[in-house]
Amino acid sequence: MTFELREHTPVWLAVAAPVAAVAVSLLLCSVLILWTGQPVLNAYRLLVGGAFGSGFGIAETLTRATPLILTGLAAAVAFRARFWNIGAEGQLYCGALAATWLGTGMIDLPPLLLIPLLFLGGAVAGGTALLLPALLKLRLKVDEVVTTLLLNFVILLLVSFLLEGPWKDPMSLGWPQAVPIVDEGVLPVLLAKSRLHLGLLVGLAAALLLWAVMRWSIWGYEIRAVGHNPRAAAFFGIPVDLTMLRVALVSGGLAGMAGVGEVAGLKGYLTLDLSPGFGYAGIAVAMLAALHPLGVVLSAVFLAGIYVGADSMSRAVNIPTYIADVLVASSVLAVLVSLMLVRFRVRFR
Amino acid sequence: MTLEIRGVTKRFGALVANDAISLSVAKGEVLALLGENGAGKTTLMNILFGHYTADDGEILVDGRMLPPGDTRAAIAAGVGMVHQHFALADNMTVLENITLGTERLWAWRSGTAAARRRILAMADAYGLAVDPDRRVDELSVGEKQRVEILKALYRDARILILDEPTSVLTPQEADRLFATLKAMTAQGLSIIFISHKLHEILAVSDRVTVLRRGAVVGTVATRDADRASLAELMVGRKVARPRVEHLEPGRPVVEFDAVSVAGPGGSVMLDRVTLTVREREIVGLAGVAGNGQSALAALLGGTAAPSSGEIRIEGEAIRRFTPRELIRRRVGRIPEDRQATGVVGDMTVWENLVAERLREKPLWRWGRIVDFAACRAYARRLVEQYDIRGGGVDGSIRLLSGGNMQKLILARTLDRGPRFILASQPVRGLDEGAIAAVHQRLLDAKRDGAAVLVISEDLDEILAIADRVVVIHAGRTSAPIGVGDADARRLGLMMAGVEA
Repeated sequence: MTFELREHTPVWLAVAAPVAAVAVSLLLCSVLILWTGQPVLNAYRLLVGGAFGSGFGIAETLTRATPLILTGLAAAVAFRARFWNIGAEGQLYCGALAATWLGTGMIDLPPLLLIPLLFLGGAVAGGTALLLPALLKLRLKVDEVVTTLLLNFVILLLVSFLLEGPWKDPMSLGWPQAVPIVDEGVLPVLLAKSRLHLGLLVGLAAALLLWAVMRWSIWGYEIRAVGHNPRAAAFFGIPVDLTMLRVALVSGGLAGMAGVGEVAGLKGYLTLDLSPGFGYAGIAVAMLAALHPLGVVLSAVFLAGIYVGADSMSRAVNIPTYIADVLVASSVLAVLVSLMLVRFRVRFR
Repeated sequence: MTLEIRGVTKRFGALVANDAISLSVAKGEVLALLGENGAGKTTLMNILFGHYTADDGEILVDGRMLPPGDTRAAIAAGVGMVHQHFALADNMTVLENITLGTERLWAWRSGTAAARRRILAMADAYGLAVDPDRRVDELSVGEKQRVEILKALYRDARILILDEPTSVLTPQEADRLFATLKAMTAQGLSIIFISHKLHEILAVSDRVTVLRRGAVVGTVATRDADRASLAELMVGRKVARPRVEHLEPGRPVVEFDAVSVAGPGGSVMLDRVTLTVREREIVGLAGVAGNGQSALAALLGGTAAPSSGEIRIEGEAIRRFTPRELIRRRVGRIPEDRQATGVVGDMTVWENLVAERLREKPLWRWGRIVDFAACRAYARRLVEQYDIRGGGVDGSIRLLSGGNMQKLILARTLDRGPRFILASQPVRGLDEGAIAAVHQRLLDAKRDGAAVLVISEDLDEILAIADRVVVIHAGRTSAPIGVGDADARRLGLMMAGVEA
């Protein structure tokens, strides 16, 4: 079996491949569902219905998608430049720390000023957290996969220390959680009687902006050139190091904003379980979207739908929620394979 | 031992790389495989060696069919290959490189002593002198090639394929290789010698099979052939070489004043190089690969700075060695490795054509936002003017052939009206038609007043287009020689470090 590069990719294939990939992963997971003794179609009906079948379900799905859009964008922009940021989880917590620091009575501002300030602070914190691995990579050629991944644990321990110690809310009855965000800093809810908050609009705006920047601006050109071929980019006179630092700031900043949204929009206060792995899931979101900023929105909603739907499915019938993780993992694998098939033609001999 | 290839066909998409090729090699014979770049020579040998599987056809060794796509079977049948780009582990010794992969996985001890005896015996028999205990990264290119040949012989190769073996050798080293080949055929080995250099083929082979566009266009006995007949067979038409006019050079454009570049670990890449290139002249920098050409090219490409000395462009010393600074000083740069440095393969033709005009109006509005229409129009003009074929302005660079890729790089560079052009290996890997086109562009630029420095490992190229020749050896440059006073023999000795 050999792979040959396609000269031209037919449009139908580029569209059909991801759809087929998702279908394949649903098919694979139906084996697991059969194993639990439940009828497959009913299970999937419950899953889709739970995620998208009601106003409440859709609101929950979009709420869940909000941090995923931002961490997905964080991964997408970094991976475009071949900068392997695995640390969105840590950067998300950095953003949450900044929001907590700024938003729990430190400054007194009206919401119109405080909320943007929280996002700005979160972005700066997340970006700074990624600057260190970026500098280590550029100056000392330290592999960023290792540094960004391990920094996640360092940051989580810092959060844990703050929540158990200096930042602990005296009113929290002993739970390790921080003082709540002041009312002026809490993100407005978009839909009455739901948890859907302003963070979603921030995520959508970020996706649009990133798409436009990647497509039209000189920075987008430089990021793509550096990602595809850093040697040639340097030869053209593109400042490769500066571009990398720029990407690190943007990527970390987006992840940091996801943390702000979760603290100031959803929870209201910082806890250690603020993110059930949104940072890592962002990588799956970006991969599923083939690193396209607008695709990230779709794939974030898709992934969030699977999680929310699987929750509601498991309440209705006896299928563990872990099926959601299996579905997400197998979809990402299937999409990666399908993307390869779009790029290459397979020949059997 | 005989080898027979029958009707081998290989397609890559729409391209037919090998079209029903049949040829044979007898015991003790040197068969030359002649063809332009892209004629399908390397593809055919990759099929023979099991790297590719053919779509059709078969390969027989001593009448037994070789299973397709099986490199191990090819080696077991006695086929050995010496690649154009060596496949050696630099941090291991010659002995280790040769025996690598031949020992049994569960052997109690390695048979080093026996292996050394065998290697020395083979080296002695065929004139392949090399110390088995030296590390490969300490060897010269010629020695590395000998290691590659020994590696094949150690695996009991009876049919040896040499892919463009002289492209990295000085003329003297090449002569030595030819003597080795003679010794091997005398022992009954068969050799397939791939080349596009006619004089070598005439010197070394018994028969010549000529490939053109993937098909065999003729097989002739070497003693019945001459340069002209082979050239015509290979190209299919008479090739018009660009005519070189020697003009009166003007003021110096680029001056190197005792420029040195330090390499890693205290080594010296360039050693007090002094060099001048003037308006309306082409200076050829000849040398065997790895003698400092890359360091010199990096200086003028703006990707490295000298450790001492001064480089002046139009009388003004360069202080900052960055690509942007050199582009601003109107230095046109044609990089040595066009795929790795010259283009971004995953981006489109137009994106690559504007690469040295980033932030410039009218391609970029306010120096920030791309104007697609202006960029495409600009790219279309260059594609037209420089005859870049394949894919159009929105096509991916990957779809371009090497020649068209080089034309794109030339278009990007020359459209800026450079005062000085640095062309590193400008025609490496190109076919005759593309070579003529590239050389014509450089000659046109020279006539328009540019100073041109051509770095090449191919003496024929330098002698064909340069006005003056400078030889580089071990980081030192010779005094310039007028091309009328230079001949391959003398330059070859200088390239090998012998004062002529």
